[in-house]
Amino acid sequence: MTTIAPEDTGQEALFDATIAADERIEPRDWMPDDYRASLVRQIAQHAHSEIIGMQPEANWITRAPSLRRKAILMAKVQDEAGHGLYLYSAAETLGTGRDELLDKLHTGRQKYSSIFNYPTLTWADVGAIGWLVDGAAITNQVPLCRCSYGPYARAMVRICKEESFHQRQGYELLLTLSRGTETQHAMAQDAIDRWWWPSLMMFGPPDDESAHSAQSMAWKIKRHSNDELRQRFVDICVPQAETLGLTLPDPDLRWNEERGHWDFGPIDWTEFREVLKGNGPCNDERIGRRRRAHQEGAWVREAAAAHAAKHPAHPPHAGTDQEEAAR
Amino acid sequence: MTTPRPTHAPAAPAEPTRPHTTTEPTATTGPTDWPLWEVFVRSRRGLSHTHAGSLHAPDAQMALRNARDLYTRRSEGVSLWVVPSTQITASSPDEKDTFFEPAGDKPYRHPTFYEIPEGVHHL
Amino acid sequence: MTPHPTTPALPLGDDALILSHRLGEWAGNAPVLEEEVALANIALDLLGQARILLSLAGDEDELAYLREERHFRNVQLVEQPNGDFAHTIARQLYFSTYQELLYDHLATTDTPLTPLAGKAVKETAYHRDHATQWTLRLGDGTDESHTRMQRALDALWRFTGELFDPVDGLDDVPWQTLRDEWTTRITSALERATLTVPAGPRHGAWTAGGGRQGLHTEPFGRLLAEMQHLHRSHPGATW
Repeated sequence: MTTIAPEDTGQEALFDATIAADERIEPRDWMPDDYRASLVRQIAQHAHSEIIGMQPEANWITRAPSLRRKAILMAKVQDEAGHGLYLYSAAETLGTGRDELLDKLHTGRQKYSSIFNYPTLTWADVGAIGWLVDGAAITNQVPLCRCSYGPYARAMVRICKEESFHQRQGYELLLTLSRGTETQHAMAQDAIDRWWWPSLMMFGPPDDESAHSAQSMAWKIKRHSNDELRQRFVDICVPQAETLGLTLPDPDLRWNEERGHWDFGPIDWTEFREVLKGNGPCNDERIGRRRRAHQEGAWVREAAAAHAAKHPAHPPHAGTDQEEAAR
Repeated sequence: MTTPRPTHAPAAPAEPTRPHTTTEPTATTGPTDWPLWEVFVRSRRGLSHTHAGSLHAPDAQMALRNARDLYTRRSEGVSLWVVPSTQITASSPDEKDTFFEPAGDKPYRHPTFYEIPEGVHHL
Repeated sequence: MTPHPTTPALPLGDDALILSHRLGEWAGNAPVLEEEVALANIALDLLGQARILLSLAGDEDELAYLREERHFRNVQLVEQPNGDFAHTIARQLYFSTYQELLYDHLATTDTPLTPLAGKAVKETAYHRDHATQWTLRLGDGTDESHTRMQRALDALWRFTGELFDPVDGLDDVPWQTLRDEWTTRITSALERATLTVPAGPRHGAWTAGGGRQGLHTEPFGRLLAEMQHLHRSHPGATW
């Protein structure tokens, strides 16, 4: 890659001014190499999370206990594939092909959200993922709709719009269980007990240990710190749990009048780091399954490419639209 | 329309690069990834097609179908265009000043430039 | 519980329910991400049809979750395991071509199924198009894809005769005409794709009418075990 030295062209100044004016950087604008690399890393990780995130929920599609729930779950898992596609498409505007990104995922050189390395053991986990995991994701994502990089921000607008149903269906699912039979209620509580802490870890390490935070904030890729967002999430969840009739598994959870926030107990970052390193309950399964799907699909992708090469240009219904396009 | 060569053609970034030189890295596809297509959706009759995003497909027919499945599954559209990303020629940010600034000092192109006495209607 | 053997909504609803279930098994396993979205769309269309049809026959969840295997009326074709992508496409091609013809007919007659058929025929036409497009690309793609596609078509061929066994309550459907038209369309799709129409018998000798009479193949029991387990473990619970 040849980058014109910014001092020669004043391009860096233009970039800085665009960021300062809170305007968007678009794909063909000059941008610092680190800005580009940061974005590729973040968008790719986000896309990978959507794709890997299909697995724990897809685990329950074939066992969904009512046809209504089955339809909802299928639509949700489908959305995740769609969101992955929007995000890969945003990452590709930075000059990195999807194949390369998938390859990095498959070989462990790029990460996805560690939360998806936890197993979905019961049906209630589908609800807990919707309420807590999607809830945490939305808290993270809403500010990204104003991210300084245009294609990423636009993808996030679309994703946030579509995700609003994801969290609600999870909450409704848990509410139904909580108000159902004793066994169902216990199933819901057990799921919350297992998913609460990993959900808090989704916001990333504390601010003073976060490697990329400061620079990302300066570039307006990120708008709020990890700890700020985590606190916001806790504050939102506490009253919601109360309405559910379920408890959050944290004995230190109490209202702090002075701060105007809920205090919560210490997070076990050892667990976080272990899961991140690949020692979580499902790391191998998740990547293994993704790799297998990709490998087993290779002959299909090759076949379609070969067919296209054999039959060049049978133009789609040429007609009014194309004429209109030409005008 | 030229036919995308799925197995060999380098995929363009979703936002196209300039035909001549570019300061951006160009993406290369692996051996089996399909070419990239830009998707334009007309959200309802009477409106123009608007860029919605991109996707991969082996050919135009599949690109249309993938676009239908991906970009209109919540009834977002009544008509679709798909265009191979490599077929788009874009103006360059470097040419921003020469392309777009000259239009900035011609206020007489806009109706608000003209003063009309009060009480004159339908003008 | 009492099955409703005379309501044609039941066999058609079971077809849609079971095929949707099989397609749902693809989630996370599709050969390319765009196809995750496409397969899920088809599965959701079918599940929507199933819910309307089963609700015409009784309570959708009771019918889906509390019937025994011998009370399901779906054709055996839809319960066949996904296999590789070629098998799934072959199953889709055979079934959606049949379903489009049947719904096309039902949409123009006056039965309790007419409103559903009128809506579903558009979905089904899209499913058939999806299957046809893929049949073309797999058949006329690489040597490997051609071999796989032909193998899949051959393997599932014996389940296609049953599609045209008369369904109780759909007495006015001209089954033989549908069968001829189906054969014409399949032949044309396969020829375009450089594939061969399988030569084997279209009825397993042992099937004795098969799925429509509640006789299924072995994989179906396991499908039901998975689908019904959770619902049955909590009798009377609300979800």
